[in-house]
Amino acid sequence: MPKVTVDGQEIEVAPGTTILQACQRAGVEVPHFCYHERLAIAGNCRMCLVEVERSPKPVASCAMPVADGNVIHTQSPTAIKARRGVMEMLLINHPLDCPICDQGGECDLQDQAMAYGFDRGRFEENKRAVRDKDFGPLVETSMNRCIHCTRCIRFLTEVAGVEELGATGRGESMEISTYVERGLGSELSGNIIDLCPVGALTSKPYSYVARPWELRKTEAVDVLDAVGSNIRIDSRGAQILRVLPRLHENINEEWISDKTRFAVDGLVRRRLDRPFVRRNGKLVEADWQEALDLVADRLKAAPGERIAAIAGDLCDAEAMYALKELLTALGATSLDCRQDGARLDPSCRAGYLFNTTIAGIEQADVCLLVGTNPRWEAPLINARLRKRYMQGGFGVAAIGPALDLTFPVERLGDGGEALNALAGASHWADLLRNAKAPMIVLGQGAFARPDGARVIGIARAIAENLGMVRPEWNGFNVLHRAAARVGGLDLGFVPRPGGRDVAGIVEGCRSGAIEVLYLLGGDEVDLSDAGSAFVIYQGHHGDRGAARADVVLPGCAYTEKDATYVNTEGRVQIGDRAVFAPGEAREDWAILRALSGALGRPLPFDSFSELRHMMRAAHPVFGEIDHITPAPWGVFGETGPIGSDPFAYPITDFYRTDPISRASPTMARCSELFGANPEARPRTGTHG
Amino acid sequence: MLADRDRVFTNLYGDGDWRLAGARRRGDWDGTREIILKGRDWIVNEVKESGLRGRGGAGFPTGLKWSFMPKQSDRPCYLVVNADESEPGTCKDRDILRNEPHKLLEGCVLAGAGMGCTAAYIYIRGEFYAEAQRLQAAIDEAYAAGLIGKNACGSGYDIDVYMHRGAGAYICGEETALLESLEGKKGQPRLKPPFPAAVGLYGCPSTVNNVETIATSPAILKRGAAWFASIGRPRNTGTKIFCISGHVEQPCNVEEAMSIPMRELIERHAGGVRGGWDNLLAVIPGGSSTPLLPREICATVLMDFDALVAEKSGLGTAAVIVMDKSTDIVRAIARLSQFYKHESCGQCTPCREGAGWVWRVMERMVAGNASVPEIDMLYDVTKEIEGHTICALADGAMWPVQGLIRHFRPEMERRMQEYRGAAARRAAE
Repeated sequence: MPKVTVDGQEIEVAPGTTILQACQRAGVEVPHFCYHERLAIAGNCRMCLVEVERSPKPVASCAMPVADGNVIHTQSPTAIKARRGVMEMLLINHPLDCPICDQGGECDLQDQAMAYGFDRGRFEENKRAVRDKDFGPLVETSMNRCIHCTRCIRFLTEVAGVEELGATGRGESMEISTYVERGLGSELSGNIIDLCPVGALTSKPYSYVARPWELRKTEAVDVLDAVGSNIRIDSRGAQILRVLPRLHENINEEWISDKTRFAVDGLVRRRLDRPFVRRNGKLVEADWQEALDLVADRLKAAPGERIAAIAGDLCDAEAMYALKELLTALGATSLDCRQDGARLDPSCRAGYLFNTTIAGIEQADVCLLVGTNPRWEAPLINARLRKRYMQGGFGVAAIGPALDLTFPVERLGDGGEALNALAGASHWADLLRNAKAPMIVLGQGAFARPDGARVIGIARAIAENLGMVRPEWNGFNVLHRAAARVGGLDLGFVPRPGGRDVAGIVEGCRSGAIEVLYLLGGDEVDLSDAGSAFVIYQGHHGDRGAARADVVLPGCAYTEKDATYVNTEGRVQIGDRAVFAPGEAREDWAILRALSGALGRPLPFDSFSELRHMMRAAHPVFGEIDHITPAPWGVFGETGPIGSDPFAYPITDFYRTDPISRASPTMARCSELFGANPEARPRTGTHG
Repeated sequence: MLADRDRVFTNLYGDGDWRLAGARRRGDWDGTREIILKGRDWIVNEVKESGLRGRGGAGFPTGLKWSFMPKQSDRPCYLVVNADESEPGTCKDRDILRNEPHKLLEGCVLAGAGMGCTAAYIYIRGEFYAEAQRLQAAIDEAYAAGLIGKNACGSGYDIDVYMHRGAGAYICGEETALLESLEGKKGQPRLKPPFPAAVGLYGCPSTVNNVETIATSPAILKRGAAWFASIGRPRNTGTKIFCISGHVEQPCNVEEAMSIPMRELIERHAGGVRGGWDNLLAVIPGGSSTPLLPREICATVLMDFDALVAEKSGLGTAAVIVMDKSTDIVRAIARLSQFYKHESCGQCTPCREGAGWVWRVMERMVAGNASVPEIDMLYDVTKEIEGHTICALADGAMWPVQGLIRHFRPEMERRMQEYRGAAARRAAE
């Protein structure tokens, strides 16, 4: 292992380490702009120059691998002069925009100029000016400020897998652009805002809104998909201003999807801020007592088997637990959290988790995708698959309609018959059988259909027969779309013996078998034909559920409550409250506790921590925070033939998949440009 | 003075037939097979002993460069010929390409054999349209005659030769930018390490050499290293094509011995400086990237690598640009600064931003619209850029300015005085 000396300190590092990494290991900071651990080395900003003994020129430390015996000086006159010179060069054409630039206060150029630059400027010529580009509704550009570090280009090309950004022109006329004017359509494009070290790429919705030192930062977990990306919510006063990623090596690394980042402006629109009660066909404002009494009366009047509950996609575990306790005490058996109709089998945990784990994808060598569009359903998992592909030696096949996942995928077919073919003898069956670490990923599109349970059964058989499930490696994965799903399944928020599932509940509402339906944020269920069932909607946005509801109880969105969520891997995570909910809205657990009081059957907890404690006692898995214990394999799903119709992907518009994103103007703009059916996009006049 | 019998390029002026028949009459392709059969080690060693240094500007010992190629490789190895002659003042490769293409092709085969290359790629600048046509015709002739391709010259060695035309960027003459351009990408230099001999064209071991270097190697291998080393001075051996242009009576390309005194070179072969030697102001000895030398130094300096480095200049490509006293020397250097600013690829910060800054200050220096301390500031800025970049374009951009300040500072200061005087007079009116 090479030994190097950094500023007099001798350390030993792994071979292949760069000088910059060695300096960081030694605790010495080396300024840099273009270098980023997760992107290819560019070596073009030249800010990382350090002096290495016996080297005639200063060395770009981010690019130079260490050699045994290197003596590195980061504070020598040569190194300091080199750095000052580079900083001076960066500042000569950089506009004096600090007062109006959004990056001020969190700007690498500001910080490094203060720490490593000259104390005066000598440049008296005219600065070059660059035309701003239109990258779409998310990324604001001010290209005068660009220092051409090319992080944005490298990110979109390598991590996001789209070659949308590039540099045209030569010398000081070099400009970063999309070649011809078009928006950045990648679902990960917002990350270039974080990556840009200066204010050239900033968040358009967040333009001119705040300075970073005004913001209160809260650590939270994203719920707009089932990845459980770690986020940091920046708020000022009562308002959430933006969402940024938080580092988690095993989930989202340093990235988040555009929906996670930009849908937050939907949190202030269409909010349910007070209880509503339907009178004469119209929802009118009510107060809490009135609303809760009305709900309690209806629940008391209905026999247990005529009460049903559906938990939506954004629910937290504590609320689902409280609702389940409340309703099962009344004798209800028709509870279901699978509002998309997916025939997930809750009896065996390994049968509904992403068992390989997201980080585990990097160990896989063959992958079969079944009925899933990971690029839209879980962008960060798709990014991890792409990361694995970029390392080489990763074969991916897919069963389902054609997709562009940003890496090559061999299509085996559209639906059932291709899956059946794998159960027999085929080229890909052999590939999977002989692979060292094969994985299969099932999306909701594969089993949100009548034969869904048998699809899972066949998938299980394939996984077992082709050796994908072993003591040290479980390659069987279910990719969830909804943040609440795994938590709901872990809690057992599923029909009890004799109870109905979602389809049955909706049918029951129509026929009258279900008299009272409690929707805990369930907005994706089609209740247009819900007969005369009394629908209670507890949620935070006025979406489909509230539109049909007879009583609306305003709850909290994910940014407004402490909560527990379980991601698609089965990883339990805690999110913290960033701001308070608007108006009369209350935390979901508190609403249910109050309702239980109105019912005369108070739930056995009086505080959130008591509730959490009880939930963890009843379901120990919720006590293991941010830790994955491999789920034991078992039997799940049904056996039997499956239909040959194609798998349908559940997401038709990435930007409008849940009440929050549907209420967001930014998401609406994105949907108009990128999200929906290409046929529906505005015509430009150049169509044939 | 080079004896005629020691001349390598006997058709430099195109008086004879450039085609295969004419080339054969001049000795090209004679004995190629026998040399190939002497083996890799013999070829590389012979070139090492000859002392041949790269003729593209950097002057790196060629034999040493060839020895960096791997002895065994699971990937193919490539020879890349740099025919992107863009250094201002240089026009030697052009004459080789259009009048002696077969020397180059024979050199490709022999150099390729010395390094175990499976193919040679000749990257020719896009502006050389007619030269490219001749080169391709020569390649076709050589293929047809079995001199290149499978079993080249009947030796059992297979080598293909491809020509690729560039698209008008000076930076594509830098070896790693050339490789990038050849691969179809933007011509932006790569970081070194890894060096091309490890990771070159398409990631395979490659060596990039100048046209003149490769075209000279058959003569070395046929006549012997000792012959080549007997010309010139130690560590500066052999013959060199000098491109003499500017204020001389007869601008020309001429092949001469290394280490010829500059004055002799100009007076014997270019008819001397216009208006006599005393009318000489300065000479840029090796293409625009080398610092200029004033008349006093030019009187005695020798034209080789080491002698010019000792005078704080360089041999570069041996493109001798002669400037007499009618030259506005500051404007001349400013025009060179403009060239470098235009040609910078834009990848790294100091060159991208600094080349423009230097040019803009130089333009003010031309008018005298600057102050004396700004000369020192300009010098300091060139020192901030030099050596801190990915490739040597920035170094080549800064050296002319440094040379100007070093030797013609009084002229720069004089202009400032004149400018201030003129401004004062205008203000008084």
